[in-house]
Amino acid sequence: MINLTINGLKISVEEGTTILEASTFLGFPIPTLCNMEGLSPYGACRLCVVEIEEGTNAKLVTSCTYLAEEGLKVKTASSRVIKARKMILELMLASCPQSKIIQDLASTHEVRQQRFKQEYEDCILCGLCVRMCEEQMMAKAIGFRGRGENRTVGSPFDSKSEVCRLCGGCMYVCPACQLRCTYNEPEKAICGGCANLSPPCIEKEKFDDMMCYMEPCVSCEIEKFNNGG
Amino acid sequence: MDLSPVADLIIKHNKERGKLISLLEDIQDKYGYLPDSALKYISENTGQSLVDIYGVATFYKSFRLKPVGKHNISVCLGTACHVREAPYISEEFERQLGIKAGETTPDKLFTLETVACLGACALGPIVVVDGHYFSNVKATDVKKILKKAREGIEKVKIKTDKRVFPVGVSCPRCNHSLMNPSHLVDGYPSIRVTVSFKNKHGWLALSSLYGSYAVDSEYKIPEDTIINFFCPHCHSELIGGTDCVECDAPMIPMIVRGGGIVQICSRRGCKGHMLDLSGIE
Repeated sequence: MINLTINGLKISVEEGTTILEASTFLGFPIPTLCNMEGLSPYGACRLCVVEIEEGTNAKLVTSCTYLAEEGLKVKTASSRVIKARKMILELMLASCPQSKIIQDLASTHEVRQQRFKQEYEDCILCGLCVRMCEEQMMAKAIGFRGRGENRTVGSPFDSKSEVCRLCGGCMYVCPACQLRCTYNEPEKAICGGCANLSPPCIEKEKFDDMMCYMEPCVSCEIEKFNNGG
Repeated sequence: MDLSPVADLIIKHNKERGKLISLLEDIQDKYGYLPDSALKYISENTGQSLVDIYGVATFYKSFRLKPVGKHNISVCLGTACHVREAPYISEEFERQLGIKAGETTPDKLFTLETVACLGACALGPIVVVDGHYFSNVKATDVKKILKKAREGIEKVKIKTDKRVFPVGVSCPRCNHSLMNPSHLVDGYPSIRVTVSFKNKHGWLALSSLYGSYAVDSEYKIPEDTIINFFCPHCHSELIGGTDCVECDAPMIPMIVRGGGIVQICSRRGCKGHMLDLSGIE
C-alpha cells in the first residue's frame, strides 16, 4: 500500500493507482475529458492537472497518468490548478466551440470568454475514438495521421477501412461530435453563443439532453428579432 | 506493382514492430516513395495494423507517400539562409513551378521541398538540386537554376574524371580556412579536419589536389568506415543533405575558395565526390 496526502487528507491506495482514481475515491472531483473507464489513460486533454509537491518543487501533472507515490502531497484545486484548467478550457473553446461537453465544462468553471482566435475545428485530438477502436472494439480502423498542426484522426489513406465494422463506438465517445448546439439552422453547426461574452445559460442548473442548452440562446434571440419578433 | 522486394525486406527486418522505421526507410530507398500497396502488404504480412504503419509513415517528414519527380529541389530555410531571404526563394520556386513546397509538378519533373539546414550556412541562401549545391542564391536566380536542372546538371563521371588541380577550402559553417600549410600532402598544403569513427577521435589531412585521394591521419582508418568530419575551428559537424551517388554514405560539403562547393564521400575508400564551382554560372 502507498500512503499519500490529497488536499490534506491521508489515504492509502494500492500500487498502480493513479492520482485521479485516488482523489475520486476520496470525493475530490477532478474534471476530465480524454479519460474514460475501460480505456487506457492518455493525458491528452490536460484538464485533470493537479499540483504535486510543495514550494519551489511544486509542479502540475496530469492526474490520469500519474501513479500514486509514497508520501506524495497532492492539491486538486489550488489556485494554480484552477488557473491552468481555465486556460485549457479557453483553448478548447477556441478550437472546438460547438461541443456540448466543452461548453458544459466551461460553464462549470466559470469560463465566460475565450481570448484566442476563434476556430471551428471538429476535433480536439483527445484520442478517445482511437483508443475506443483499438482497445474495446479490437478493430484499429482509425488512428492518428501526420503530426503537429497537421495531425488528424482517420483511416489510412482516407479510404473506407476494411477492418471497420461501423460499430459507431468512435462517435459514441467523441466529445466533439455528439450533441452539438446547432443553432436554429441545422446546416450551421455553431451558434457561437458559447463563445460570447457572458452566456445567458450560465444560471441554468440542468442541461439534460437538449440540443441547445442555452435559453434564451443569444443567436436564436437575434434571429427572432431580425425576423420581426 | 512488383512487391517482391518488400517481401524480402520484411524477412530482413524480421517483422518486429521496432524495426518498422528501418523497413519503411529501405522500401523508400527501393521505390523512391512508400507505395500504398507496399504499406498494405506490410500490414498483411507482419500482423501490424495498417493504421499504425500509416501513422508512422505520415508522422516522419522523411517518408513520402507520393512518387518524387525526376529532379529534387531542396531550398534551405535554416536560420542563416532564412535571414538572407531564403523564404522569397522558396516562394519564387513555388510560383515558377506552380506547386507548393513538398509537392511534385504534374509532369513529374520537379519535386520541391524546404529543409532546415544543408550544412553550408556560410554560403547561404543554399539551394540543392539533385545533390548539387547552388550558393548565394537570389530570387532572380531561380529561373536559371530551373533551366540548368532541365538541361541536366553536369554530373562528374567519378571513374573517368581526370582533372587534377589544387583547391583551397574552408568550413561551410564558420568559413574558417581548413588549409594547413605546415602539413603537406602531395606537395600541397593539406586540408585539416577533425574526424571521429568508432571510438577514435583525431585529425585527418586530406590532399588538396582535386583528383587525388591521398590522406594522412592520426589513426589508421579501416576501409569502408563511414567517418564523421568536424571543423577544427568551430567544431561543428561537416554534414550536408546529400548522399553519395556511389555508396549512399553522407557527403561532406566544403567551401571552395573562389566560389563553389566541393563534396566528398564520408566513406573511407569511396571515391564519390561532387564539385559545384561558383554555383550558377
